[in-house]
Amino acid sequence: MFETIKLYYHKFGTPKYFYDLTSKMLPWLIGFTVVLLVPGVILGLGFAPMDEEQGHSYRIMFIHVPAASVAMSAYVMMALAGAIGLIWKMKMAEIVAKCCAPIGASFALLCLLTGSIWGKPTWGTWWVWDARLTSMLVLFFLFMGVIALNNAFESAQSAAKATALLSIVGVVNLPIIKYSVEWWNTLHQTASIKVTEGASMPAEMLTPLLMCIFGFYFLFSVLVVVASRAEVLEREQRSKWVKQLVMVE
Amino acid sequence: MAVEPEMTYPSLRQGLWAIFKRDLVIAFRQRSDLVNSLFFFIMVITLFPLGVGPEPEILSRIGPGVLWIAALLSTLLSVDSLFRQDYEDGSLEILLLSPQPLFIIVLGKIMAHWCITAVPLILVSPLLGVMLFLDAETIGVLIVTLLLGTPVLSMISAIGAALTVGLRKGGVLIAVIALPLYVPVLIFGTSAVEAASMSLVFSGQLAYLAALAIFSITLAPFAIAAGLRISVSG
Amino acid sequence: MLETGVESQLISPLLEAKSLLCERDDRVLFEELSFAITAGDITQVEGPNGSGKTTLIRILCGLSSAYEGQLSWRGRPMSQCREQFCQQHIYFGHLTGIKAPLSAEENLRWMAQCRGSSLKGLALDNAVDQALAKVGLHGFEDAPVYTLSAGQKRRVALARLFLEPVALWVLDEPFTAIDRNGVAELESIIEQHAKQGGAVVLTTHHELSIDPSHLKVIRLGDAREGL
Repeated sequence: MFETIKLYYHKFGTPKYFYDLTSKMLPWLIGFTVVLLVPGVILGLGFAPMDEEQGHSYRIMFIHVPAASVAMSAYVMMALAGAIGLIWKMKMAEIVAKCCAPIGASFALLCLLTGSIWGKPTWGTWWVWDARLTSMLVLFFLFMGVIALNNAFESAQSAAKATALLSIVGVVNLPIIKYSVEWWNTLHQTASIKVTEGASMPAEMLTPLLMCIFGFYFLFSVLVVVASRAEVLEREQRSKWVKQLVMVE
Repeated sequence: MAVEPEMTYPSLRQGLWAIFKRDLVIAFRQRSDLVNSLFFFIMVITLFPLGVGPEPEILSRIGPGVLWIAALLSTLLSVDSLFRQDYEDGSLEILLLSPQPLFIIVLGKIMAHWCITAVPLILVSPLLGVMLFLDAETIGVLIVTLLLGTPVLSMISAIGAALTVGLRKGGVLIAVIALPLYVPVLIFGTSAVEAASMSLVFSGQLAYLAALAIFSITLAPFAIAAGLRISVSG
Repeated sequence: MLETGVESQLISPLLEAKSLLCERDDRVLFEELSFAITAGDITQVEGPNGSGKTTLIRILCGLSSAYEGQLSWRGRPMSQCREQFCQQHIYFGHLTGIKAPLSAEENLRWMAQCRGSSLKGLALDNAVDQALAKVGLHGFEDAPVYTLSAGQKRRVALARLFLEPVALWVLDEPFTAIDRNGVAELESIIEQHAKQGGAVVLTTHHELSIDPSHLKVIRLGDAREGL
């Protein structure tokens, strides 16, 4: 059992196998993304019922909430992939970790922008020091730190190790930061967006929201896979299989 | 008879103490560095009344935050030199090849660094507190929060310093890496002082700060040691 | 002077490398590199600039882990006996690790303490004084190192070799900045160390006047392009 896992692990860890496997997977991932996101967004923006307090402006939630969720998961995934690369010296994990950073940062930025746009009709200002927005801002800074560190190294190997370590430190700190920001926020009592949550949310709202969330996760996986494939080709450009691949196409 | 030379396990305290003492002696022979970060701290705080106006109400309101942010920046400024000199003269390689666990050596270095940079800063903070119109009790709490919080700051920024020591452009990069991680310390530190200035209970914040200090002192040296190995071995 | 069980060590190698491979920036510096270093060996790593001499030295002394293959110390894999290995070898690199604001004596003392030296107090002071006398720095013990010349600084670092008997010396360009007399002295020191059952690995551009029958050579430099 363990041996088969190990075997599979080593196989998956090789860039060529990853490339071949993702060639087959990619159309499916793209398909799921389209199937979930397109109707999800249309239903959310066009057909979900209006919120009693906020009117139509709440609809930005269908972008804002999934982006926040994906950004947070992207950081965790980056740290996990980094840890795997650091401990078991798996090349593929390093590449995935590297590709997670800019994509995760983009989702964090998307979340911040939509949050700010949402704030304008709700509070009349573009920015409020709300707990969730503030911790998302800190998360964005954490991503930027990882990206900056990655760019500062000349050797890809040291860059991968250093950023892996930093993202592990970051992921350990993430709950502490989130908790402390929430605590700070209750202390200072600023306004907070209250979306009708959980059970009280009508199914016509919840369904498109869930579709958007899953759709965003698939979108994230598509982006990570595409970026990783490009990175694989660049790193392995001298190897035989990449040369063959280029010759064929 | 093939006798392997006996492994004498070095005492951890010896290594910790040796590196602690070495760094303190070097710091006192190069006193200018020591004074620089302290004056940076004082000057940043002096700029605030000039920037926002000298009214006692405003200054005593923002005082705790100002003192904490200045402390945080001056830690950040001084930490770049923590491993850089050792890296440049090669003694970091010697430390890495020591039979002692690296985290012990790292702990010794950071303790020395904390004594050199944070202790003077804590010592002058009452004076600056008075200049920002904080009352006596608030200043007392401020000192306690700085005592608990600055070790955390040193530990966090040392992670950044360890990761960037092999790079030419260390300084700003450390800030980008370390500043987001400072958030919890800043929040708990300032809010304890603010609570004290409003005569509210502040023991909770102090407990959080103490927890953060213990957490970072026990775990950060391992991350710092790993970071140094990455930076040196490439 | 060396208490490392001299004769017995001749049987099993101190440091053994099996099929080492090191790549840097898609370039293979060396591959399938195997050798053994036994007590009494003086091993010179040779090769043109950029052939990976310093890289190999850094791998051998444990500073770099950017290699594939096996390294073992006294028959045990390196990862299992890092502490023993660190206690029984001295690495002397391009950078000496000497702290300029400290005196020669203070420098040697912290280095000894970091190595977890068993010497303490007076015994350590004596060992430091003797080591400095051996490299011809008698009378310079208390001067801050920044007042010394480049060659003298180098000698302070070399004094590290005499603090305590150590099985393996790993020396990267040890002759840099040392005058002619110093070079001859250092060569005889190296030979003596080998005679007493120690082992030395070194790189140098300098023509060694050591008896070639005692000298082993590892040649690098037939590096090939990566796959």
